[in-house]
Amino acid sequence: MILVIAEQRNGKLNRATWETIVGAQQLADATGLPIRVLVPGVNTGGVAAEIAAARVQEVLTLESPALEPYTPDGFTAALQQAVTELDASYVLLPHTYQTRDFAPKLAARMDRALITDVTGIKAGSEPAFVRPMFQGKLTADVVPQGPTPHVITFQIGAYRVDQVAKGTSAASMRALAAQVDAAGIREKPEAPFQQAKQAVDLSQAERIVSVGRGIKEQSNIAIAQQLAEALGAEIAASRPICDAGWLPMERQVGSSGQTVAPKLYLALGISGAIQHLVGMKGANTIVAINKDPDAPIFEIADYGIVGDLFEIVPAIISALKG
Amino acid sequence: MKIAVCIKQVLTREWQPRLNDDKTWIREQDAAFEMNEPDAYALEEALRLKERHGGEVVVCSAGPARVAQVIREALARGADRAVHVEDDRLASADAFLTAEALAAAMKDEQFDLILTGLQSDDQGFAQVGVILAERLGRPHATIIMEVQVGDGGLRVKRELEGGWFQWVAMPLPAVLTIQSGINQLRYATLKGIMAAKKKEIRKVSPPSTPAGAAASKQKIVSLYVPEKAKKTVIIEGSPAEAAKELVRKLRDEARVIA
Repeated sequence: MILVIAEQRNGKLNRATWETIVGAQQLADATGLPIRVLVPGVNTGGVAAEIAAARVQEVLTLESPALEPYTPDGFTAALQQAVTELDASYVLLPHTYQTRDFAPKLAARMDRALITDVTGIKAGSEPAFVRPMFQGKLTADVVPQGPTPHVITFQIGAYRVDQVAKGTSAASMRALAAQVDAAGIREKPEAPFQQAKQAVDLSQAERIVSVGRGIKEQSNIAIAQQLAEALGAEIAASRPICDAGWLPMERQVGSSGQTVAPKLYLALGISGAIQHLVGMKGANTIVAINKDPDAPIFEIADYGIVGDLFEIVPAIISALKG
Repeated sequence: MKIAVCIKQVLTREWQPRLNDDKTWIREQDAAFEMNEPDAYALEEALRLKERHGGEVVVCSAGPARVAQVIREALARGADRAVHVEDDRLASADAFLTAEALAAAMKDEQFDLILTGLQSDDQGFAQVGVILAERLGRPHATIIMEVQVGDGGLRVKRELEGGWFQWVAMPLPAVLTIQSGINQLRYATLKGIMAAKKKEIRKVSPPSTPAGAAASKQKIVSLYVPEKAKKTVIIEGSPAEAAKELVRKLRDEARVIA
């Protein structure tokens, strides 16, 4: 049996869960195993009913007051019981920040394989899971070893939500009770907050010029800004540029920053680490300018120029004006 | 406070992918290595905590002999001593083998706080710190952007997705995985480099692997250059020619600029 662990907060389903259900349906086709979806938390009924529309065998809720708010100790204890009781062969999760916080602990507690950041499945007598390595420069087909269950996390955006196969009727639902000793939870979380009001909403930008490490120095940001002006674009950056303080954090595109989908995304000196790509691969037209012809950004670019951005950017500015 | 920092040595960012003969691992012979960037931030955070609260910073690294390069660098930046779990098989080890090798080497040290980077730039598992915490029986938090130490406990700022954060309190001893950008890195001074030469590097062997001990939990059956998701049009020519052609394509083909 394939067990998908859904992610929800305050009764709202994380969309990445749907992507994981697509992955589960693909794995079910490859293995013939049925799919169950487990929704941990409190007041999970609404989310469970929403998921029951998918073509799955059963949707289970796993409730305990100790599961809200999320803690790694609470989730690991509850999920270990549920996964063991249900005798799952695979446990599938979206590779969210929450999953990253508890899935390795759950796998370690059960002493079972965990394959993270998976982007695809290859069918076979032993299904292989496809994942990026070496900053996306290489891809690996990985087979989990040792006894089941094998725990798999799927990269955000690995599957499209609209690929979910819906059932002819709603899947059956069942409630499980989690036995969690609240006194044993060592982490005491406070309420989530946003650091600063997002003054810039890059998600609404039609055109974006984005800079990465290839810009080399803070003073060089100016030429990217000139190009942005000439294109009528917003300026954005990959994480290292914002870490260095060369552009404010609110202009960061990627898993820890904003997710954007402009008509034009022009990447200057951005290698294309996966944490960046997940934030911008929905752009309509992607242009990459990079001196490294092997940079992963070229794998998703529509147009590429291999060369020195300090020569090419001024040339683009004059071509736009000419 | 006795702080451990786990540091991995990874390929440099400029590395051009080369595969070994059976295409299940990389060709290491002609590669250059450097400190994993998130681990460098973890080291910096440990040094800052020591400056504020006193104590000791111990670098722990699991890998083949070449790892000594990043250990020396960490000592030159200000770490007090090091533990090197040395074994050639750790070069390509999965997260369990690495975490269990580190856990065995750290067991008797009684660290108050263990820091790691949130993930490595090579295999990118994002698992080692959390598995280590579980093996040592300690609470943990991941993707941390600020660390406050109080009476017997920690208060840390966890990064969530999309610009959200959350403070989490937990008792010490604990394990944290550190996000890049938590601080501004320092670099080694000449004085630091000289001082590092006298600092202790304790070499240990990983736990042997009879029944019950760590066995690899994943196997790479094939490693390859990724298939392109899109057909990229590479525009050739001089910068001026390429720029002109790009502008033409954006106006006439893609129609994304006026």
